[in-house]
Amino acid sequence: MDRIAAAFARARHENRAAFVAYLTAGDPDFDTSLAACRAVLAGGADLLELGVPFSDPLADGPTNQLAAQRALEGGMTAARTGELVRRLRETSDAPIVFYTYYNLVFSNGVENYVRAAKAAGADGLLTLDLPPEEAGELLAACTQHDLKTVFIVAPTTPDSRLPLLCAAATGFVYYVSREGVTGVRDQVAADIPAAVARIRAHTELPVVVGFGLSTPAQVREVARAADGVVVGSALVNVVAAQLADRAGLPGRLQAATAALAAGVRP
Amino acid sequence: MTVPAESLAAPRFALPDAAGHFGPYGGVYVPETLMTALHELTAAYEKARSDPAFQTELTHHLQEFAGRPTALCFAARLTQHCGGAKIYLKREDLLHTGAHKINNALGQALLARRMGKRRIIAETGAGQHGVATAAVCAKFGFDCTVYMGAVDMERQALNVFRMRLMGAKVVSVEAGQRTLKDAVNEAMRDWVTNVRDTHYILGSALGAHPYPMMVRDFHRVIGRELKEQILAREGRLPDEIVACVGGGSNAIGCFFDFLDEPSVQLTGVEAGGRGIRRGEHAARFEGGKLGVLQGSKTYILQNPDGQIELTHSVSAGLDYAAIGPEHAHYRDQGRIGYAYATDDEVLETFQLCSRLEGIIPALESTHALVYAVKRARELRPEQILVVNLSGRGDKDVQQVAAILKGEEGPSNR
Repeated sequence: MDRIAAAFARARHENRAAFVAYLTAGDPDFDTSLAACRAVLAGGADLLELGVPFSDPLADGPTNQLAAQRALEGGMTAARTGELVRRLRETSDAPIVFYTYYNLVFSNGVENYVRAAKAAGADGLLTLDLPPEEAGELLAACTQHDLKTVFIVAPTTPDSRLPLLCAAATGFVYYVSREGVTGVRDQVAADIPAAVARIRAHTELPVVVGFGLSTPAQVREVARAADGVVVGSALVNVVAAQLADRAGLPGRLQAATAALAAGVRP
Repeated sequence: MTVPAESLAAPRFALPDAAGHFGPYGGVYVPETLMTALHELTAAYEKARSDPAFQTELTHHLQEFAGRPTALCFAARLTQHCGGAKIYLKREDLLHTGAHKINNALGQALLARRMGKRRIIAETGAGQHGVATAAVCAKFGFDCTVYMGAVDMERQALNVFRMRLMGAKVVSVEAGQRTLKDAVNEAMRDWVTNVRDTHYILGSALGAHPYPMMVRDFHRVIGRELKEQILAREGRLPDEIVACVGGGSNAIGCFFDFLDEPSVQLTGVEAGGRGIRRGEHAARFEGGKLGVLQGSKTYILQNPDGQIELTHSVSAGLDYAAIGPEHAHYRDQGRIGYAYATDDEVLETFQLCSRLEGIIPALESTHALVYAVKRARELRPEQILVVNLSGRGDKDVQQVAAILKGEEGPSNR
């Protein structure tokens, strides 16, 4: 079983949802980012979503935009992102999914990107601005190199698109519970259970829910309906708050992750 | 307009394909949240475009509100100055709000009204598209928000004031390099968030399908008028037509009806900025490579990793890292040629045109004039060169005055 499937199976065996943590690779610098990733995994993340920073993150809100900017200013590159994953693999077997924009994947050849991601130790790839209609080349490369794919379902997605999206996904399906960009929201969107059920009618893959979740109570609420719960901006905010004290970041981040991840544990 | 059956069969009418591809370029590269909105927009546009009532309504507003048709004007003294081909100017600068942008803003506003949207958003670089959008929103009663890079707001302060006068909310974009590309990102973020009641009037032949096709179609009126006017005036087609290319909407609108006239050479002029060095220009065909940005696959200025490069041009409207996908396609086909003009050349020709013709051209359009002045000298006096003068330079006079006084370099940042 691949790492992604194994992580969801383990959570299911424990009768709970998986906790998915998002951080931007290289935010705010390589070494701090490596320590931050290790901290969220130590804090109870079942799966790490690693944002590969892009200069023009048009689906991201201010929190993740600033994180990407810090990472790029801190010298993050495609090669360094691979290096970050290799370093994480020295100490962790948790699944790692890249979360990025298509130009970074496409720019030097889709197959090269996929091969390098897999070789570094990544397990999956979510490309925010690549709908399945344009994903033929990427899907072929991912099949060839056994890198799992993740596709997003939005509240605006009609039922008629679900077969296409679910067929393109091989790792899990990601339901974004809000229209809009990434970022913290006060309230959990209504109708998440109905949306998850709608998706499950088209796939056996795990369905995770994210976008805007920031409290243990919100995590608990969503965990009742989904196979996994994603928290991103709330953790990135912890990074942003520790810029002046980078050595203190891992401790704070591990505690924040543990508090949020408690939401998936009964 | 009735299009003869045989020309409908010409290849240009087959592009883009149903999924928005111009050969290998174009397509739809957006977050899932926008997919349905784009499908709805495509369907609504296809319906409107074949509806004579829509075309009649659009033509009415283009005439009554925007001031079409625009003149084709013989530039006698510029022609004499160059001592070569006859230079004609297609006067899109005479349109209401000062540039060709109003053609597309009117078309999309009428479409948004048909779709039942109540709110309009737009991005703007030089501010011309923002002003056109603000004007049509005032006219038709839409709530209007325009995103504009902070750097552009400073260099185009007059247009910011015009938009606000007409009731638009102008939002300063502080992200990235704070110019057009960043304004597009912010407009797309707004659209992702408010997609159900909002229409995004994208201002160039860029972005995801159906925008490059739709924006082109709304500007085709430029080329159609030009063809009629030059035939009436000279009894023949021009030898060459020149237009500036940022995203490329005025150029493709002007060129489209000449694509299958092989005797007419078509040339787009990009922004050469301070010269073709990384981060110093916005000439995508000089050092750009194939990529995907803001919805479309096309030529993009980017670093070896795929991060989008900084760009520079004295003209905010051309200061953009990607070129419209249809341009990339016709460049591959060898049907449209591309050149570039530098900031210094533009500043010189800006003054030359003002002095010789009594026409102050927009800095964007001046890029086309720079090429035309050089090119006319290579052509014979009986040959005809047409420049699409896409906008007027009133918005640029303060910036140019400051540069000429030496208060700032053409860099402006």
